[in-house]
Amino acid sequence: MTRRLRAIGLESALPVMLVVVWWVASADSESVYFPPLREIVATFADVWLFDRVASDLIPSLVRFTAGFVVAVASGVGLGLLIGLSPLLRRATDPLVDFLRTLPKPAIIPPAILFLGAGASMKVFIIAFGAIWPVLLNTVDGVRGVDADTLDMARVYGLRRGERIRRVVLPAATPQIFAGARLALSIALILMVVSEMVASTNGLGYFVLLSQQTFAIPEMWSGILLLGLVGYLFNGIFVLAERRALRWHRGWRAAALGQAVDTGAAPARPKNIIPQAADT
Amino acid sequence: MLEVTQLTKTYGHGPSAVHAVGNLSFRVEPGEFVCIVGQSGCGKTTLLKCLCGLIPATSGTAVLQGRVIDRPPDKLALVFQEYSRSLLPWMTVRGNITLPLRSKGIDSTRRDELAEQALTAVGLVGSFDRYPWQLSGGMQQRVAIARALAYQPEILLMDEPFASVDAQTRADLEDLVLRVRDEFDVTVLFVTHDIDEAIYLSDRVIVLTPPPTRVREVVDVDLPRPRDQIATKGLPAFTRLRAHVFELIKRPADSAGDELSEQHTT
Repeated sequence: MTRRLRAIGLESALPVMLVVVWWVASADSESVYFPPLREIVATFADVWLFDRVASDLIPSLVRFTAGFVVAVASGVGLGLLIGLSPLLRRATDPLVDFLRTLPKPAIIPPAILFLGAGASMKVFIIAFGAIWPVLLNTVDGVRGVDADTLDMARVYGLRRGERIRRVVLPAATPQIFAGARLALSIALILMVVSEMVASTNGLGYFVLLSQQTFAIPEMWSGILLLGLVGYLFNGIFVLAERRALRWHRGWRAAALGQAVDTGAAPARPKNIIPQAADT
Repeated sequence: MLEVTQLTKTYGHGPSAVHAVGNLSFRVEPGEFVCIVGQSGCGKTTLLKCLCGLIPATSGTAVLQGRVIDRPPDKLALVFQEYSRSLLPWMTVRGNITLPLRSKGIDSTRRDELAEQALTAVGLVGSFDRYPWQLSGGMQQRVAIARALAYQPEILLMDEPFASVDAQTRADLEDLVLRVRDEFDVTVLFVTHDIDEAIYLSDRVIVLTPPPTRVREVVDVDLPRPRDQIATKGLPAFTRLRAHVFELIKRPADSAGDELSEQHTT
């Protein structure tokens, strides 16, 4: 328990210190652009508890979640297809490379033309930008499944569907999660960008509008909230990953030759074998 | 039971072709324990893959209970050398053993029954809900054997199953295999490069030549059963058999019994 408390203390020391410094240093600030933190916090409470939650926060979160879910689902689906078929992989390789390196905000103008300025355009932009790391990692993960493992599945009569669902997909999950983690931050960026370019609500819209109307404390409060939202989503993601990949951590630890007993104290590092003296 | 007739497997074509298995014929009778020995790289793994229906033979046939093997047979189970790769780390021991039974359409009560019976036979009944990586290497291989037994095969193929465990565990596992094959009444075809292991376990030892692989000799092992690690290995007959098999493996290829490579075509 004390270990846990110490860890929490250590992790929060730097953020707390920075907030204190900001608070003290900005206390007497007369600058229009850098208002005192006190004022920003007061504005934050005014605006976000809970005045604009329904009008700006919720729409942003819905777009973000929808875009991210679409990106992960279609990335895993397409990644499976491509990963399982060498032919399809060769055929799609150049296209995938082209699309994934394309700077995503560049497709906002055509997306507005085709989908309008509504939610579907934003979900599309987010999904289109976030799909690539998921797709590429799924392809890699699927192709990397051990040959013995696949042989086992065939010898023991697993049908194709079962082989994919119970063998190939689980084997690829560590890599899929690594891709999804990247997708998460891309999705957040594109949510803000798409809302800044064409929107009448949302966090990105709010921050830009506040800046344009010289509501500087409001602008800062929006940025603060964006930071918190990102932090929160990352936290949720890490928890989900830990749960889903519990087996992977145990398996890796075992492969590295450490004692494994889930849930118990961490394994002691092995003694380093003393090197033989040179003769 | 299992009849292999003039089986060949060639990878590639023309002058660069690799003759992994060249003209191999042998039989395994029901209830027999047959070991296949040969130096490493003599095509044992290729042979097993053909017998499992994982890869097609270039020519010749393998027939299991009257059916030509062209895809993995229902009545055949395989124990891999690398238990760490053949057991799924994201599933518990129970999940690993029951997964193949699910595909066979066996209902869940019966699946658990079969799994429990098999785990009891390998002495791991308490490990149902553990993950493979929480177990030692020897225990993991026992789980792999339990998975094979629960599958209810008529023939059990084992591909150097004890090559990755320590000597003591290996001896225990050898005795375990002898015990469960009686208990489950299963025919065993066991591939190894360890001569002692082959003689200790089998009724007959099939000695292979280096590639292109053929049968050099089939050695009958008429040692009394039940076998015992100390008593059996101390018998003069055991020593004689070992020397004989050793000689067969080490003897240069040209003095081999019958005609060879010209015979098979690509």
